[in-house]
Amino acid sequence: MTTTAELMDYAEVVERYDPVLGLEVHVELSTKTKMFCGCPNSFGGDPNTHVCPVCLGMPGALPVVNGTAVESAIRIGLALNCDIAQWCRFARKNYFYPDMPKNFQTSQYDEPIAFDGHLDVVLDDGEVVRVDIERAHMEEDTGKSLHVGGATGRIHGAEHSLLDYNRAGVPLIEIVTKPIAGMGERAPEVARAYVTALRDLLRAMDVSDVRMDQGSLRCDANVSLMAKGANEFGTRTETKNVNSLRSVERAVRYEMTRHAAVLADGGSIKQETRHFQEADGTTAAGRTKETAEDYRYFPEPDLVPIAPTREWVDQLRATIPEMPWQRRKRIQDDWNLTDEELRDLVNTGAVDLVAATVDAGAAQADARSWWVQYLNQAATARETELADLAITPAEVARVIALVGSGELTHKLARQVVDGVLDGEGDPDQVIEARGLKVVSDDSALLAAVDEALAAQPDVADKIRGGKVQAAGAIVGAVMKATKGQADAARVRELILERVGAA
Amino acid sequence: MSDLTRLTAAELAEKIHTGEVTAAEVTQAHLDRIAAVDGDVHAFLHVDAEGALETARAVDADLAAGRAPVSPLAGVPLALKDVLTTRGVPTTCGSKTLEGWLPPYDATVTRRLREAGVPVLGKTNMDEFAMGSSTENSAYGPTHNPWDLDRIPGGSGGGSSASLAAYEAPLAIGTDTGGSIRQPAAVTATVGVKPTYGGVSRYGLVAFSSSLDQAGPCGRTVLDAALLHEVIAGHDPMDATSIDAPVPALADAAREGARGDLNGVKVGVVRELSGDGYQGGVLRSFDAAVAQLKELGAEVVEVSCPHFGYALSAYYLIAPSECSSNLARFDAMRYGLRVADDGSHSAEEVMSLTREEGFGAEVKRRVMLGTYALSSGYYDAYYGSAQKVRTLITRDFAAAFEQVDVLVSPTTPVTPFKLGEKVDDPLAMYLNDICSIPANLAGNAAMSVPSGLSDEDGLPVGLQIMAPALADDRLYRVGAAYEAARGPVLDKLGELEAAK
Amino acid sequence: MSNISRDEVAHLAKLARMAVTPEELDTFAGQLDQILDAVAEVGEVAGDDIPPTSHAVPLTNVFRTDEVRPGLSQDAALAGAPAAEEGRFRVPRILGEQQ
Ligand SMILES: [Mg+2]
Ligand SMILES: [Zn+2]
Repeated sequence: MTTTAELMDYAEVVERYDPVLGLEVHVELSTKTKMFCGCPNSFGGDPNTHVCPVCLGMPGALPVVNGTAVESAIRIGLALNCDIAQWCRFARKNYFYPDMPKNFQTSQYDEPIAFDGHLDVVLDDGEVVRVDIERAHMEEDTGKSLHVGGATGRIHGAEHSLLDYNRAGVPLIEIVTKPIAGMGERAPEVARAYVTALRDLLRAMDVSDVRMDQGSLRCDANVSLMAKGANEFGTRTETKNVNSLRSVERAVRYEMTRHAAVLADGGSIKQETRHFQEADGTTAAGRTKETAEDYRYFPEPDLVPIAPTREWVDQLRATIPEMPWQRRKRIQDDWNLTDEELRDLVNTGAVDLVAATVDAGAAQADARSWWVQYLNQAATARETELADLAITPAEVARVIALVGSGELTHKLARQVVDGVLDGEGDPDQVIEARGLKVVSDDSALLAAVDEALAAQPDVADKIRGGKVQAAGAIVGAVMKATKGQADAARVRELILERVGAA
Repeated sequence: MSDLTRLTAAELAEKIHTGEVTAAEVTQAHLDRIAAVDGDVHAFLHVDAEGALETARAVDADLAAGRAPVSPLAGVPLALKDVLTTRGVPTTCGSKTLEGWLPPYDATVTRRLREAGVPVLGKTNMDEFAMGSSTENSAYGPTHNPWDLDRIPGGSGGGSSASLAAYEAPLAIGTDTGGSIRQPAAVTATVGVKPTYGGVSRYGLVAFSSSLDQAGPCGRTVLDAALLHEVIAGHDPMDATSIDAPVPALADAAREGARGDLNGVKVGVVRELSGDGYQGGVLRSFDAAVAQLKELGAEVVEVSCPHFGYALSAYYLIAPSECSSNLARFDAMRYGLRVADDGSHSAEEVMSLTREEGFGAEVKRRVMLGTYALSSGYYDAYYGSAQKVRTLITRDFAAAFEQVDVLVSPTTPVTPFKLGEKVDDPLAMYLNDICSIPANLAGNAAMSVPSGLSDEDGLPVGLQIMAPALADDRLYRVGAAYEAARGPVLDKLGELEAAK
Repeated sequence: MSNISRDEVAHLAKLARMAVTPEELDTFAGQLDQILDAVAEVGEVAGDDIPPTSHAVPLTNVFRTDEVRPGLSQDAALAGAPAAEEGRFRVPRILGEQQ
């Protein structure tokens, strides 16, 4: 360990070095079954209950490719503007590890199904960066090990390990970028924006749950630095265990400052795997291997080649939804939003939710207002993402409709929404249970109107004298008396009727 | 009742289906024969008397109830090579590493046999993980050739071939990666067929070399093999390399051939599969067989397959490479042997110690060879080049089959050698497969049919017949014609035995 | 001559996870040498224009429909395990990192 500072100030890093990134994203497909067997592909479950001879690597068992997984892989490739291989194979990647039942991973190697694509990524200030995609290929996930004994349940110091193969064989798509260079100080932001864009895209395509917290989207960040003016890439490190979008940015930034400190001190970077530590935002070296691994790849003899026909690829191309950012642009035009209004929508993560609410029959402005304001505040208060709130766009549309028809006031509507968020049921159930219906019974309202008019005779006279706008004070009194459960428009009509001004 | 073991499968089926004998009687006769002779022959690693009798009784009950037999072989018992999984019945692959393992599932071949009402007498001995040509690489001791108990029964499926020659079973299943059905058939004077690759499902066949392995039928007659082949063949969605096409009418082809007319059939003699290294008696037997085919009306021409000479080398790179990967799963984590799990060793150490303990010398040698051939830096020179040779051999076959309907050669260059004779000389052992390997590399169909006894040592010789992929029926037509003309060979063993 | 050294054999044994004995190292070094010498001829046969054959059947696009099939119960899955605990396969402590 050197005695100099372990990290360099970020401003100095970007002054002296150009960062180069390479991002490898593993996506678990949300197919019904695993990649090579008919076991259910679902998160969790009692250990070793989603297993069969194939995914347990039992003697004699053979893989058969999940056709839907191949379709998803091709669709992802198309969405990433890749070429689709006309002919490709699976290979075996041979290495021993207890969480891998066959001790080889069935993975594509030198013949990926999709290659040479790009993804246009929009940064926070609207700048668009094109990230080139090297390849997207199919492979299978490993099982999970639980380390028992020792202090932390981690691998070091454990006394033994317990293996659950429910996840073994779950279909993965590995998406690898080409080197991303020339981003300067924005490199960490570009990394986050890329993974965000990829996540949005995959979600829109409905091919994966893309939950970083559950591991259905995992990012490995390769970082290297080259001194300004140099023309060869520096030695890279690969940081794993990056489990959130924010961590992607932090991990890249941390590695940049760490590399720079080592390089500035005359040291050299060791090519190694590092693990991101969520708690303090640092990375730590993994155990180094004594020898370089030799995976002894060779074509998987148990699986025949995949040769997608032109027609098949064209059919799949037709199923690619509008890209999220294109959709945003269209929504801005359709809804006539200012850049600022769009940014509010995007930054709160409300675009899809608003669109879905509009699809469910609400007016765009009402939907936007609910999600960007009241519900966004609710999400903040509950420390959750907008999309994870316990209310659906259809429910929001229902509330908006009830306000529109006068059955709810705005104030009541907020109470209804609170009830839904608290798990009391759908809007109609909450209204029923909490008794929040607007008082629409005219005789009950008339009593309140008469009372209010009697209490303010001068105002009543003004209205009679033709100053109709003075009715507002009486409306307010009635609303107060009915605890907001009255339809203000109807109250106004009744007042005018009563004083004979109608 | 002991005559029952002398009958062919077709004869037994007829007697069972017409009610002359019961399937249980037939099965019991074979179990009795096993009890009497298997101490000497050691064809079986595991005898499942209860399971076999249960299946037989179910067939009998069916027939007694007036139902038609579920298959042409319903009730005819069989010996199953211990490389195919059997649910709840031990499956060891001749390896210590799988001692005591009870598979939780049936191989597709096993399932088809059950569905066809074929009682499985037990699991037969084999070279460990099917690697060998003598069955001496079994962790459970060698099998002995019924023709001469001091000699090898061939391998890897020596248990299956010996069980037929010793009349312990009328039918058997083998697997053939480089000749493991045909070479044992040749040296025991029985019939063995390697079907077209993809013709019989590999699901549940414990893989040695995935792109070469193929399960197939073994019998004492060509017709018996055909009947069994029809039971086990056909598309299986559990095997991605299984061919989705109708199985040709094999038993019909055998019956047609048995009429002894090969007019219009063109037979090619492979020039490269003879000469140096071939025993004189084997070559003379082969020449006689070719003459016999001509007499039957076949047109015989010599053809050249110039790359067959490289087949052995390509095979001894491809098969070990695939096996090094296929056998990686035997790591002591999920099933099978585990040693040194005393708390002082890591998982990695337990893996290494278990594999060292659980694998025999030949398996280790091939795993090392394959690991080397696939290593970065060596891949192109070894594995990659071997796969190119495979292309050339496939082209040789294609060119030859433009000229002829079937190709013929000796099945093996020599008659069965003495146990222990070649155990320490891997290269000499590998030469046994020199004639059989090309068909595995190209994936086409091939048969070994008894071709009499060598005139110099009185030991069995096999005639190999090779046909294009999906033309397995040609093997049966030509094989049955030759068999009928030449007359039974195995009967001579019966005479020998009776004379003792 | 391919000349496989004892060290190379030791490296192969490590890659293949086999704790071979010193005697085996010697035996295998000699035998692998001999076998590799015999099979090296494959490199002299085919030109660059010859494509490799990885599969014996000319099939492509063999897929399974994405439908759940019955698998094994936890008990059946663990029945052959050398050791099991809490529904999981129990293995000795793992030293290396996941790859
Ligand atoms: Mg990968
Ligand atoms: Zn499974």
